Amino acid sequence: MNLIRMKGVNKQYKNGVTAIYDLDLTIEKGDFVFIIGSTGCGKSTLIKMLYREEKPTSGKIIVGGLDVAKLRNGKVYKLRRKLGVVFQDFKLLSKLTVYENVAFALEVFGLPKSEIHEKVLKVLDLVGLKNKAKHYPTELSGGEQQRVAIARAIVNGPKLLICDEPTGNLDEATSMEIMKVLEEINKLGTTIIMVTHDTNIVSLMKKRVILLDAGRILKDYEKGTYTHEGI
Amino acid sequence: MRAFRVLSRNIRDSFKSVFRNFSLSLASISCIAITLIVVAVAIILTYNVNNFATLVEKDVTIVAFLDVDITEEETKMVEEEIKKLDNIENYVYRSKTDITEEMMDSSDIFGSIMSEWKEEENPLQATFQVKVIDIDTIGDIANQIKGINHVDVVKYGEGMVEQLVSVFDSIKNVSLIVVIALILVTAFLISNTIKITIFSRRREIEIMRLVGASNINIKIPFILEGLVLGIIGSILPVVITIYGYVAIYNKFGGKLFTQIIQLIKPEPFIYLVAIALVTIGMIVGMFGSWRAVKKHLKI
Repeated sequence: MNLIRMKGVNKQYKNGVTAIYDLDLTIEKGDFVFIIGSTGCGKSTLIKMLYREEKPTSGKIIVGGLDVAKLRNGKVYKLRRKLGVVFQDFKLLSKLTVYENVAFALEVFGLPKSEIHEKVLKVLDLVGLKNKAKHYPTELSGGEQQRVAIARAIVNGPKLLICDEPTGNLDEATSMEIMKVLEEINKLGTTIIMVTHDTNIVSLMKKRVILLDAGRILKDYEKGTYTHEGI
Repeated sequence: MRAFRVLSRNIRDSFKSVFRNFSLSLASISCIAITLIVVAVAIILTYNVNNFATLVEKDVTIVAFLDVDITEEETKMVEEEIKKLDNIENYVYRSKTDITEEMMDSSDIFGSIMSEWKEEENPLQATFQVKVIDIDTIGDIANQIKGINHVDVVKYGEGMVEQLVSVFDSIKNVSLIVVIALILVTAFLISNTIKITIFSRRREIEIMRLVGASNINIKIPFILEGLVLGIIGSILPVVITIYGYVAIYNKFGGKLFTQIIQLIKPEPFIYLVAIALVTIGMIVGMFGSWRAVKKHLKI
């Protein structure tokens, strides 16, 4: 079943730059998809449209049954509740502890404390940070901070996890740790779309890979067919 | 239940935010407090002036003195003329005898002198005491009465009443302008405080949006913060108003300067003023923050 369906999507920014040309793409439920390409190829624009940070100029984007292109600003939260987003710079609140950072995502929905407690501990366990719940982000390593960000993104049980260069600030070993966590989450049924520059990781993971170039899909590699030399 | 939990979280957050940016909040709270004190003075002044003006207006009477040698028939004619006038609430005729008796009753000296007067020696004049409906027309009506035959002199405190009314009006207008100006300045200051809060919490707002907080969910804490500033800012003015007015009222025994100017009794007047102050504080606070949210919180 399709989780994401994009048809004839164009994106032109107000300054006249066209980032995406006539793009068609479908992603199945439970998939793990890498989006790669050189800087400025439209990777970020593509995923920003998925969580409705950007609106397509034309075309159709369906995410989890919601018509994203037609979604009014006031209704964007409905989409955001169905997905989680992870960034290169983690976007954690430094004044809150690890536990509070993750709980923050549930508090805005008004869940009861006991339910929040249970869910946060479960997800911190999943990313291997249960013992650091009371630490502040600044006391953690980069890899650990990213795991907190992932925990926050999935604590609400989203169908889709969007990762915008989550390993961009991390060394190779730490990046692989993050990838393991992501793979674990994917195994539990969450669809993952990850934008990255790191072709080594992409080669090692053996997942579906979409290569973008100048706003178009240059190549769509089936699961396991991508190799570093493929570019 | 869920909405209640979200709301209680928002209230908690808005209090937190007030104390997190305390120096800024203090500036807004002080400004609200000063404004509300002025508003309180203006309200108290306006209501007291209105109260006083109503009392005076009720009391103002045109007294038409009739010719000393007026006959009964001529008196009837004058009465007919007065009846024809517009804008008259009521009138009372008081004959020479009525006035003489009243004066004799009021003092023993008058009594002993007047008791010796014969009817034709009585120098007092019979009067019509006329009350008007609208005090603004009193001058015109006095003139009309003066024009009636056999009316000798007309008195109604000329000049004094008009002056009093115009002074009251100016006091009301000036205090209204001052209050409006102060409210605008305060709303602007609160708006500025909330603007800075919004900027200082940009990251938090961004994350709230990412994790799927609805727009209302994001905006409400800021609006509530303005509300909290308004409520905290109204505490001091309420206390000052209640204790201050009661103290002034007791010190002057309910009357100011002269016996004529009566102050309004503190209860329930002062509690109504207090409620008005808190309400104004809340509205100004919310309006200020709403303006900042509308302008600076682009979602």
